[in-house]
Amino acid sequence: MKKFKLDWLVLPLIGIGVVLLLWQISAATWAKELPSPLKTWQVSRPYLAEPFAKRGEMDQGILRFSWYSLILVAKGYALALLIGTPIGFLLGLSKTFAKIFDPIIQILRPVSPLAWLPLGLVLFVGAGRQASELGALFTIAVCSMWPTVLNTSVGVRAIPQDYLNVAKVLKLSRRKTLFKVLIPATLPYMFTGFRLSLGIAWLVIVAAEMLTGRPGVGGFLWQEYNALIYEHIILCIITIGVIGFILDRLMSVVERRFKTA
Amino acid sequence: MSEYLVIDQLTKIYPTPKGPAVIVRDFNLRIKQGEFVCLIGHSGCGKSTVLSMVAGLSDVTAGGIILAGKELVGPGPDRGVVFQSPCLLPWMTALENVLLGVDQVFYTARPEERLQIAEYYLSVVGLSEAMLKRPAELSQGMRQRVGIARAFALAPKMLLLDEPFGMLDSLTRMELQQVLIELWRKDKKTALMVTHDVDEALFLADRIVCMTNGPEAEVGAILEVAFPRPRERKAVLEHPEYYRLRAHLITFLEEHAHKKSPPAQPGAGSHPAPPTLTPAPNVIPQRPVALLTPR
Repeated sequence: MKKFKLDWLVLPLIGIGVVLLLWQISAATWAKELPSPLKTWQVSRPYLAEPFAKRGEMDQGILRFSWYSLILVAKGYALALLIGTPIGFLLGLSKTFAKIFDPIIQILRPVSPLAWLPLGLVLFVGAGRQASELGALFTIAVCSMWPTVLNTSVGVRAIPQDYLNVAKVLKLSRRKTLFKVLIPATLPYMFTGFRLSLGIAWLVIVAAEMLTGRPGVGGFLWQEYNALIYEHIILCIITIGVIGFILDRLMSVVERRFKTA
Repeated sequence: MSEYLVIDQLTKIYPTPKGPAVIVRDFNLRIKQGEFVCLIGHSGCGKSTVLSMVAGLSDVTAGGIILAGKELVGPGPDRGVVFQSPCLLPWMTALENVLLGVDQVFYTARPEERLQIAEYYLSVVGLSEAMLKRPAELSQGMRQRVGIARAFALAPKMLLLDEPFGMLDSLTRMELQQVLIELWRKDKKTALMVTHDVDEALFLADRIVCMTNGPEAEVGAILEVAFPRPRERKAVLEHPEYYRLRAHLITFLEEHAHKKSPPAQPGAGSHPAPPTLTPAPNVIPQRPVALLTPR
């Protein structure tokens, strides 16, 4: 393909233009309820112009909603890493452990967040007002930890025998072997897992907020659907996409730093 | 003093689906303190297996190994191992790689003292400028220098070297042989080295142990190398015995490339070695003599 000046900017803009055009055509022809791009922009403007405004519990600037969602994701994600990484290490280090738990992991892994959330709410029903938050955290953690678990265990198994021989010959203690050899050697794999997990955690948040009605992008989306303000659904979708994209970029920057180490 | 390392009836058998595979059978070797012994043989003959059993990285099927009067069980830092690939941890600097071992062995010493030991050995192998570099920033030869420094810095009872220069180009290899032999002389270490390079073995070793081909490899012949020490490469190459020993070794290796069982008299086989493998005098001028003087 021929390269030209600003192709990195112009080509993506063409892509966006095509999608906007299809959207416009759809809104004008077969999807009568779908707001047009221009209408979406006009209705969404107050939420974008004052992104941090708080006019009411379910009427806040889009970035303020996003912030709530991010906080919840951060908590659930942290939980996922805290649980997932050690499990990944155990799976990678012990063949017996892997044989015991691998089947159950493979079965739980494809379960949708929509299925986990009710269970989460049931589990923490005793927590009263906190039940919805704890249920959401549980769902985020359970759904997003699998890439971390699997990548960590693959990474541990992929440690070159050379490094393990060094640890053996020097008779490093278990602790030292773990911190000086195993963890640094697994780090690149772990970060790939962390990045994929973050993607899933962000995916789950919307489902969790929709079902619990918590303030956040997902909760807002569901509320505006019920309020028949379809422009805001599109606004939320775009916001969720952009934030997910930014998170992924940030993580891949971190990931690359560890790859070269 | 007389027998520092005793390898007695050492046998290695791997279970395979087709029945047990005997890699090494009844391998016997005695090494004196301060001696430099090279194990030579064709690739796959089991010489590295013997070395890794001495290092404790491979389980012994039968027989025993005694170092300085104590039977060896498992690996330990009392044997400094130099692997074929330098086996440095890529996330640590050269200094940290050496310190990892030093911290382990001299855990009673103060941190400054440990640092001094690590820095000393790195500077002896010629890396005083590159101590804070990571392996990725070092050349293959420099990495192996770190590997050598790490092994010596442990103050081990003996050194085990598994084809340490096998992956290096010939000029770097000669440089590193010099580094190794000087350190060995300074520290008076007992050394067992696996190699398939005849010239390397002749330059470094006091004795060369030729292994027969596997499976069921054992000691085929032992060659005394009596060149005076300290050795200088040029003097070794010009020594009247050099080409006789070299021819002897090559004939032995040649015999065993074709025969499964060793002949009673190595070098006195039924068929003569092909002319390409007999050491011809015209080998000498091809060696860059100017580069051979010790640094």
